[in-house]
Amino acid sequence: MIIITTVLAIALFMYSASIFLYLYRILKGPTTSDKVVALDSIGMNLVAIVALLSMLLDTNAYLDVILLIALLAFIGTVSFAKFVEKGKVIERERDN
Amino acid sequence: MKTNDVLLRNVTKVVVFIIFLFSLHLFLAGHYNPGGGFVAGLISAGAVTLTLIAYDSQTVRSMLNINTIMMTGVGLLFAVGTGMIGILTGDPFLTHKFGHVDLPILGDTSLHTATIFDLGVYLVVVGVTLTIIQTIGESD
Repeated sequence: MIIITTVLAIALFMYSASIFLYLYRILKGPTTSDKVVALDSIGMNLVAIVALLSMLLDTNAYLDVILLIALLAFIGTVSFAKFVEKGKVIERERDN
Repeated sequence: MKTNDVLLRNVTKVVVFIIFLFSLHLFLAGHYNPGGGFVAGLISAGAVTLTLIAYDSQTVRSMLNINTIMMTGVGLLFAVGTGMIGILTGDPFLTHKFGHVDLPILGDTSLHTATIFDLGVYLVVVGVTLTIIQTIGESD
């Protein structure tokens, strides 16, 4: 049991360090696309952290949160990508 | 410049159904597990938002022609109506009924009128969110 806790703590530390590195990319990113990709990756790291926390706390009440964060990160990234490409997220009428 | 969002549109066609199923699961699991009408409504609105992003607002309107403001009103009617069940049987307002019902196919099922109240919450959340998103999205 103590081994599992130690391994989970090490993994959590590494994912948090990864989030800090992505934060550096968000702050220093030269273009908007760099920041959007970094934000999406932070979302995926949050998924991993919630999964590790639910293992650490020995509960499966957080498993819905994992799917929820993944869906929200996907929708957010798609809308940011459309904004970067077209300047408008929701179009009134499409020409093609 | 003409763009062709084949990847985005095909992924959307698959993912929207997964999101709706997830929302249905959260709605029905809300009594015994984390979830409920609020989160389910927000996730359903997220699915419609994804189709709004992948297509345009006219296409989405032709796909599901829903008056979202009317939807909000119907949700509020559901919420008040479940409260009236308590009054009609002589109990205080919003007294809920529950019990085991023998349904034809599903068998012995535990039903609770709080589900109808939750359906009202769901409809209100979906209606308000979609009204906000569509109103802001269509203003030039």
